[in-house]
Amino acid sequence: MIKQYETVFIATPVLSDAQMKEAVAKYTQLIRENGGEIVYEEDWGLRQLAYPIQHKTTGFYYLIEFKADPQFVDTLETQFHRDERILRYLTVALDKDAVAYAEKRRANKAAKAVAPAVEEAPKAEETANE
Amino acid sequence: MASENNEIRYLNPPTVEVRKKKYCRFKKAGIKYVDYKDPEFLKKFLNEQGKILPRRITGTSLKFQRKVAQAIKRARSLALLPYVTDLLK
Repeated sequence: MIKQYETVFIATPVLSDAQMKEAVAKYTQLIRENGGEIVYEEDWGLRQLAYPIQHKTTGFYYLIEFKADPQFVDTLETQFHRDERILRYLTVALDKDAVAYAEKRRANKAAKAVAPAVEEAPKAEETANE
Repeated sequence: MASENNEIRYLNPPTVEVRKKKYCRFKKAGIKYVDYKDPEFLKKFLNEQGKILPRRITGTSLKFQRKVAQAIKRARSLALLPYVTDLLK
C-alpha cells in the first residue's frame, strides 16, 4: 500500500550550504531507495524559530512530499532521530483534501515563480519601444 | 445637571445593538484543509498569549475547530508558532 506523506524537518543553523545539501540528499536518497517516490521538495531556507531549540534561535527548514509505504515512515523517523543535525521533524500523512491543497499550493508557488519573470518581460518591451 | 441627565438615560435604556451573526469562515470560503505550514493564517485563531481562541469567539464550526487546533499544535512543534508568549501580533 502506498500513501502520500509530507515531512518538514529543521536542521541546525551551523551547517554550511554544502552540508545542508548533503543532509537533504541523504533523506531524498533514503526515500527513493525504499521504494518511495518524491513528489515535491521545498527549501524554506534559514528561518527564525518561534522559541529556542537546543539553544538555537534559527534553523534551516526543508519540506519533502513523498509517496511511500506506511512502514517506511518509521525508518525515516528513526533516521531523523539519530541525526544530530536535525533539530525537529514532523511527518504527516496527507488525506485527499490535504493532497488537493498541496497541489494547489504547489501551483501557486510555481505561478509566483513565473509571474515576476512575466512582469519583467513586458516592461523590457516597453522600454525598448520608447 | 449631569446627574439628572444620567438618570434620564437610565430610565430610557439605549436600544441594544443587533449583534452580527457569527459564521464559520471555513464553511463560507469552502476551505477543506487547514495548513499547519502557514503560521500567519493560524494566528487569527490565537490570542495574544498564543492560546487557541474558543469557538464562541471565532465562530468556527466544531469540525474545523478540531482541524485548526490540530494544525496549531503541529505548527507549535515545528517552532512556527510559540507555545507561550506575550504580545503575539
